[in-house]
Amino acid sequence: MLTKTLDISTSPHIQRGMSTEVIMRNVVYAIMPMVLFSIYAFGTAAFWVIFTALVSCLLTEYVLCKLSGKESSLSDWSAVITGLLLGLTLPPIFPLWMTFCGGVIAIALGKFVFGGLGMNVFNPALVGRAVLQAAFPVAITTWQEAFRPDRFTTIPTSLKAMPFMSPVFDGVSGATPLSAFKFDHITAPAAELAFGQVSGSAGETCAILIILGGLYLYARRMINWRIPVSILGTVFLFSGALYLLDATNYPSPVFMLLSGGLMLGAFFMATDMVGSPLNPKAIWVYGAFIGIMVVVVRIWGGLPEGVMYAILLANALAPQLDRIFKNRVYGTVKRKS
Amino acid sequence: MQLLNLLFNRHHDTFQHGIHPPEHKEDTRDMAIRQFSFAPVVVLPLVQHIGAPSQAVVREGQEVSRGQLLATAGGYVSVPVHAPVSGTIRKIANVPSASGKMVPGIFLEAFPFSGQEVMEGTPVDLDTASPEEILKGVQDAGIVGLGGAAFPTHVKLKVPDDKHCEVLLLNGVECEPFLTTDHRVMLEQAEDIYMGVRYLLKATGAKRAIIGIEANKQNAADHLNAHLPKDLPLEVKVVPVKYPQGSEKMLITSTLGLEVPSGGLPIDVGVVVVNVATTAEIGRLLPHGQGIQERVVTITGPGVKKKGNYLIPIGTPLRYVLEEVGVEDNISEVYLGGPMMGMAVSNLDISITKGTSGILVFTDKEVKKQQKVYPCIKCGACVEACPMFLNPSQLGILAKNEAYQEMADHHNLMDCFECGSCSYECPSHIPLVQQFRIAKSMVRKRKSKAHAN
Repeated sequence: MLTKTLDISTSPHIQRGMSTEVIMRNVVYAIMPMVLFSIYAFGTAAFWVIFTALVSCLLTEYVLCKLSGKESSLSDWSAVITGLLLGLTLPPIFPLWMTFCGGVIAIALGKFVFGGLGMNVFNPALVGRAVLQAAFPVAITTWQEAFRPDRFTTIPTSLKAMPFMSPVFDGVSGATPLSAFKFDHITAPAAELAFGQVSGSAGETCAILIILGGLYLYARRMINWRIPVSILGTVFLFSGALYLLDATNYPSPVFMLLSGGLMLGAFFMATDMVGSPLNPKAIWVYGAFIGIMVVVVRIWGGLPEGVMYAILLANALAPQLDRIFKNRVYGTVKRKS
Repeated sequence: MQLLNLLFNRHHDTFQHGIHPPEHKEDTRDMAIRQFSFAPVVVLPLVQHIGAPSQAVVREGQEVSRGQLLATAGGYVSVPVHAPVSGTIRKIANVPSASGKMVPGIFLEAFPFSGQEVMEGTPVDLDTASPEEILKGVQDAGIVGLGGAAFPTHVKLKVPDDKHCEVLLLNGVECEPFLTTDHRVMLEQAEDIYMGVRYLLKATGAKRAIIGIEANKQNAADHLNAHLPKDLPLEVKVVPVKYPQGSEKMLITSTLGLEVPSGGLPIDVGVVVVNVATTAEIGRLLPHGQGIQERVVTITGPGVKKKGNYLIPIGTPLRYVLEEVGVEDNISEVYLGGPMMGMAVSNLDISITKGTSGILVFTDKEVKKQQKVYPCIKCGACVEACPMFLNPSQLGILAKNEAYQEMADHHNLMDCFECGSCSYECPSHIPLVQQFRIAKSMVRKRKSKAHAN
C-alpha cells in the first residue's frame, strides 16, 4: 500500500529556472571584457580605480545591511555591477579616495535609501557619478591618453591624492573625443572610436566590446533590446538630420554614436531593469527621450557629454511613462485608467 | 511590413506573448490508449463538475449495472453520474475531493468476474433531434468539459437568444506540458469526434467548425484531415506551440483573429469552444443514450514507472491508480492535470473524476523546495509573458500591499485567467499568479458580500 506523505504547492509547478542572481552575474560577465580592455588601455591606474569602486560598493552594501539588520544582499551580485559600472565611468586617473566616496554614495544614496535592490529609482552607479561630477568637476574631467608606454610601470600621482586634498595631475593631456569636438571642433575617426584608441572614462572607449557584451545579454534574454535600439536609433536620426543640414558645424552621426559614454550608457546603464519602464511603448519613449537629451546636451549644452544626465532624468520619468503608455489589455478597446 | 511584424513580434497565426516551457510529451505521445483495470471499489463524488451537486437515486445495498444512472442532475448547471462498473452500492457518504473539501459520494463495489456490458439508454437521433433535445442528451450523458475545467457542457453549448453562434471551435491544443490525452483521442477516436461535431453543429446552429491543434501534434492534424468526411464542414488549423495556446480566448485569437471582450464569453464573438475529448465523448455516447463511465488520462512524470495513456473508469481511487502503474520511492508531489495549472493533491484517497486529464508525479528532484525570493527587479519578463497583456509586476506589488480592489478596478485583475506564465518566468521567484488567485477570490467575496447587504 502506498503510504508516502505528499507535499502540496500551488501551480505552476515548473519554472523557467532563471534567477535574479544569475541575471546579475551574467551582466558582470558581459562587463568583464570592458574591464580587461580598460586595464590594457589605461594600465594599472584603471585597475585601481575599478577595484576601489568595486570594494567601496561591496563594503557599503555589507555595512548597510548589517546596520539595518537585513540579510546581506551581497549574494545577488547587484552591488558588483554597480561597483564595476561606477569604475568604468570614471577617468582612469581619478583619485582613489574620491572613487571610494563615489561607491559609498552610489550604494547608500543611489540604492539603499530607496529600500534596496528593485526599489531604487535611479541607476545607482550614475547617482554616484553625478555626485562626484558635482563635487569634483576638475578631477572628473581630467583624462589620460590611452596606451601610454609607461602605463603599467608608473602609477599617476593623482590616484594617490590624500583625502580632501586637491590632486596633482602630472603632465596629463588627452582630451576625450567629445571635448576635442566641443572645444576644438575636432572629430576622431570612427575606427579609433570603435576599437578604443582614444582617451575617455575607463570603460567607455571601446565601442565594439560594449556592443558584444550587449549582444551577449540580449542572446541570453537579459536586457530589453528596445532600450539600446531606441536610444542609438534616436541619436543617429537626430544627429544625422543635423549633419545633413550643416555638415561643418555638426558632427557626423557615426561619431555621435561611437564617442563618449553613449554605448556604455545605452547597453549597460539605461538597460538597468529597475530604472527602466516595463511596457514596450513606454520603453520606446524612454529610449527616445535619452537619445534626444544626449544630442541636445552634447551639441548645445555646456558639457561635452550628456549621457549620464539623460539617463538619470529618464529614470525619474520611467514610472510615469509606464503609467501613461500602458499595454492595451486583451479584450479591451481602450485601457481603463 | 513582414519585417515590421517580425520586429514587433506580431504573428497573425497566434496570440501574442506567452511562454515556451519544455514539452515533455515524448514519453507518452506514441503510446496507444489502454484500458485500465477495475478497482475493487470505485468512489464516485457527486461533485465532479462546477455547479450544483448531483442527487443520488440509488440506495445502499442496491445492485447496479454498468452505465446505470446513480445520481441525477441537481439543477440546470449540474449533470448526472452513471455507474462506471457493475456492482453493489456499499455506502453513500462523504468522500474527500481534490480541493480538500469533503463532498457527498457513492461507494460502488465491483462484481468480480462480471462481463461489464454497458447498459443502453434512449438514443439521441442526430437527424430528428432538435437542438434542445441534443443539449438535454448531452446533460443526460453526464458530460462536462474533459479538458480539466469540468464545466457542464450543455450549459456552455446553450446559445443565448440574443446571440448567434458562427463557429464551433474544437480545442485540440493541449498546451500543458506532459499531457497527451487529447493527442491520443484525436489519433484514435476520429470517428467519434466527427460524430460529435455533427451533434454540436446542430446544437449550436453554427455553420462551420474549426479544430485548433498545436504544431507538436501534426500527426493528429494529418489524421483528422485524412479521414474527414466530405460533407462535414470541419477545418483543421495547426497553431504554433506556445503556452497557453489552449486557453479558449487565446485559441479564438489564434484561429479566428478575434478578441473576446474583457469580462465576456466566447459567444460574444460568435464562437463556442469545446474540448476535443469532450466532443468525442458526445459523438460516442449520444447515439446510444449512454452516460459517461470512463475517460482517457495521461499518467506520466519522472515518478511514474508505467507511463501511458489509460482509459480509466470514473471514480477509480487515485491510490489504486498509482499502485497499478507503480511509482518511485522518492515521489514528492502528485498533480491532477498538467504542471502549469494542475492541482497538487494532498490525499491519495480521492478519485479520478470527469475533469482529470492527467496525473503527473514529480519526485523530490523536480520539486524545488525553499527557493529564495528576490525583490522584483522590474525585468519585465512577466509583462512579456502575460497573454492578457496585464502588468503582473505592478499587480504583484499591489498584491503585496493587499490593494486587491485597486488591482481589480485599475489593473484588470479579473481578466487574469491564472495561466501561471508570470510565475513561470519570474527570475525573482515571486509567487505572482498565486497572489492573484487570492486577490481574485477576495474581490469576488467582497462583491458578493456587497450584494448581500
